[in-house]
Formats: sequence, C-alpha cells, structure tokens
Amino acid sequence: MMDENYNFGFLDERTKKMIRRALLKAVAIPGYQVPFGSREMPFAYGWGTGGVQVTASIIGRADVLKVIDQGADDTTNAVNIRRFFARTTGVKTTEKTAGASIIQTRHRIPETALTEAQTIVYQVPMPEPLFRLEPRRRETITMHALAEYGLMNVKLYEDIAQLGAISKTYDYPVLVNERYLTSPSPIPKFDNPKMHMNPALQLFGAGREKRLYAIPPYTAVRSLDFEDHPFEVQRWDHACALCGAADSFLDEMIVDDQGSRLFVCSDSDYCGERRETGHVGCQQAVHIPDALAQEGSAS
Amino acid sequence: MSDKLLLSVRGAGKQFMQGSRLRWACHNVSFDLYPGEVLAVVGESGSGKSTLLRLLASRLACDEGSVHYDVREEGAAPGLVNLADLSEARLRWLARTDWGFVEQHARDGLRMNVSGGANIGERMMALGARHYGKLRAEALTWMERVELDASRIDDLPGTYSGGMQQRLQIARNLVTHPRLVFMDEPTTGLDVSVQARLLDLLRELVDQLQLAAVVVTHDLAVARLLAHRMLVMKDGVVVEQGLTDRVLDDPQHPYTQLLVSSVLTP
Repeated sequence: MMDENYNFGFLDERTKKMIRRALLKAVAIPGYQVPFGSREMPFAYGWGTGGVQVTASIIGRADVLKVIDQGADDTTNAVNIRRFFARTTGVKTTEKTAGASIIQTRHRIPETALTEAQTIVYQVPMPEPLFRLEPRRRETITMHALAEYGLMNVKLYEDIAQLGAISKTYDYPVLVNERYLTSPSPIPKFDNPKMHMNPALQLFGAGREKRLYAIPPYTAVRSLDFEDHPFEVQRWDHACALCGAADSFLDEMIVDDQGSRLFVCSDSDYCGERRETGHVGCQQAVHIPDALAQEGSAS
Repeated sequence: MSDKLLLSVRGAGKQFMQGSRLRWACHNVSFDLYPGEVLAVVGESGSGKSTLLRLLASRLACDEGSVHYDVREEGAAPGLVNLADLSEARLRWLARTDWGFVEQHARDGLRMNVSGGANIGERMMALGARHYGKLRAEALTWMERVELDASRIDDLPGTYSGGMQQRLQIARNLVTHPRLVFMDEPTTGLDVSVQARLLDLLRELVDQLQLAAVVVTHDLAVARLLAHRMLVMKDGVVVEQGLTDRVLDDPQHPYTQLLVSSVLTP
C-alpha cells in the first residue's frame, strides 16, 4: 500500500519532470553526461540516490520493480530501496528478472537477458571515467566534446606496463555508440558485453555528482583495449556450487581458514530459478591451497 | 632551409591588468620563422618572453596583432593561417601533433602519475595508436634517442633526476615529429654539466629532425649554442633582432650591450 503522505514516487512532480527532461537529452546523446538538479534524498550519498531519483521519475503505477545490489535481491541496499518504492508508490515489486519492467541495480546486470519492455537503472558513484586521470572538470568536458580519449589508453598502457595486464576489473571504460567515453558504473567487466546492443533502455544516475546518462536500446558499447591486449571477461575454473551454472558471474566466499572457497552465482534470482528447474551444483566448497604459504614452506 | 615561412608574427601583443590599469606584457612583436630555424628570445625576467611564447603557442589569445602558422593538413590549402581563426579542436590537434612545448619545469609538462613509457606514448595514443607492443617499441627508441636508460621505462618520472625529466619531456614532445617546438627556459634549474649535455642533445635533435624552435632563455650561452637568430626583449618590446653572432658580437642597442657585457666569463 502506498503511504498517502508522500507524492507518488517521493519526489514532487516538478522535480520528476526536470529529471525526465534531462533523461530525454541523455537518451538523445548516448553516453553523454547530462547535468541535473539532484535532490537530497532520505538516505546518504553512496546508497544510490542517483538511481533512485531516476527510478522515481520514470516509474508508473503499472510498473513492476526489481532492485538488486551485487546481483542479489536480499542485500541491505536492495531491500531498503525496494521498501522505499513500495511505500512511496505502492507499485508491485518482484525478485524475478523476467517479471520486472524496471530493474534498479548496483554493481551487476542480471544474467537473464533483458527485453525491449524493460528499463535498467544503474546507480553510479562517479560518472566521469577520466576523473582519476584529469582532475580539471573543464578539461574533461573539452576532452569529451572533442572526443580526445587517448588519455584513457594511457591508463590502460600503464596497467599493462606495471602489471602485465589491464587491471581494471570493474567500472571498465566503454565507448558508447563509438563516440562518448562512458563509465559503465561499477559493474564487473564480465557484464560489459551485455551492454552492447542490449534491447533494454539503460539509464544511469549519479546523485552526488549530479549527472545522468543513458544507453538507448540497441546501441553499440565497446570496451576499450589494445590490439595486442584485447578486452577479456573474467573466467572461473569452477561452476556455481548451488546450481552448477558455468556461465554466470561467481562470488568467491571464504568458508574457513584452511583455503576452502565456495563459488556461487552472484545473481541470486538466476541461481534460484536454475535450482527450481532441477539444476544442481556440487554443493561443496573447493579447496584452493594457499600458494604463498607453500612457497614459504618450500624455502 | 627552404624559403617557405613556417611561422609569421605580426604586431602581436598581450596586455594584463595591473591593479586597475592595463599594461602591455608584450607589445607589437613581429618576426618570421622558417622551417628548421632556431630562434632564441632573450631578455631579463619580466620582459615578456614567456608571454610571447604563450601567444605563439596559442595558449593565450593576442590582444593586438596576429600569429600565422603554415598548417599542413591533408585537404587543407597550404599557406599561412591566422591561428585566431582556427577552432579549439584544430588548435589542440596542432599542439599535440605539429608542435611541441617544453616547459621550464618538467613537472608541468609531464604526467607525473604514469611511467616514462606512458608519457612518451601519450601523444601517439591521442592520435589513435592502439597497439601496445608498437607503442612500447617506439617509447624505447625515443628513450635511447634522448639518452635515457631504457630500463627506466616503467619508472615514474618522479624518480628521475631533473635532467632526465627534462629529456623525457623532450622525447614526449618529439615523438609525433613536430615541425615547431616551443621551449621555455629548457636548461634553467639544471647544473652546468647536465645543461651542456642537454644542449648538445637538443642541437643534435634539431639538426636531425629539421626542427624549427623558439627558445626562451635568459642565458646568452644557450642562445649562442642553439640559435640561428635571436630576439632581445626589454619591457615587453623587441629592442633588437638579428643573427645570433651579429647580435652577440656587435650589439647595437644599449640594453643588448649591457646584457652582453654582463655575462660572467670564468
């Protein structure tokens, strides 16, 4: 039931209209960061104030909302935001990816493929992919305007030179529609290929930084790389211990101090659905010997 | 030396507010520069040398006069173009391909948080180079050319000595084979033996690559060693210009005479 003391979606209608106008601009220029008048929300920055404002502006009474945090529906951030919207809009919420019309997410894209009928809203802490490389905002704006993105490759070069490989595993920079360098928000690079030509509308909100951007359906999204060091996603030697999935993003959980690790799907809905349809994993933690300790005893 | 002009400056000047009054930091400067020619700008501190350099490199806009450059770009008509008519995008393109800018303090011209190799590779990556192996090979070649120890390629510039930083800065600027390099007191702040090596290196590179250069310096020895022609500035105006040897051996203007006579000789 909706709490009638609030306007539908918590924000007042003028604010929602302002955000929708910014979103229209964002969709018109894929990957371009549109400034907007971010509002104070009843929770702290870093908890998804940007994503919540976007969701609040686009949600309608017929929508079904799913909120995930690190792929799971039952983590603190997800539970709180879901409750927030249930209270301020009264819309139906779900944990099923396929049954949702709006999915607000932090750090993951669901494993189940999205459809044209869905909108995914990302919570973004830092929308500017160049911010660690170029501290002057005016300069980064010029660099975006002139599509001067060599600096991002300088960072990737530096990674390879120092570490032998591109070390960025999340928030891996992408080029949207072959034009704007964009932060995909802190999703693992495993999810970057899912953004490419995705049929769903992808909206991004950064509350503290007061920026919105969007990737419209069926837009090219390319992860930056070098010709001789191509972009690769993470791979695991193990399958999910619960559902046996070998193609999903796995969380590695340390279960004791003897080197036992449990690998499970980070997308809790995907894992649950697979188990319902009869898929079973090994149900066991994997023992991974501590390479450092062995080195120590050998010497 | 061809007789086609590379850079032509006509009555260029810049004024700044001093208190509530406008004051010319550099006023009515005119000269021509040909490909492969090195021009030294000398004068005491505060005489407008650096302001002039920034006008030439389009880092400042002229308040009077104009700077013309022979922009060589595919599809564009050859000939001098007024830099004030170019878009910001074209200017930035020029600045990172056809020009170099060697700062007095290497820290201002380098990216201190990435390695030496990445510093050299930055311009190439800005121009679209996307092959790590080739970038690295090019960086190593340039480290060698400016006499840097190739094994330091992955070290941060902060760990380099002052002279090495300056050489790295030069390599970083020359990697795109620019035709014109601006240098703002490139040897100031280095000790004498390092200065000598750096000057030697610069002279060699200028010769090999047929670089044109505008070198701002207050050190007449640097001018004597590097420059074909020189410009003497005082209080924002050019008081004398001519061939380096002529100006230094037979100074005409009283200020130039003072300048030449005040050089210490051990």
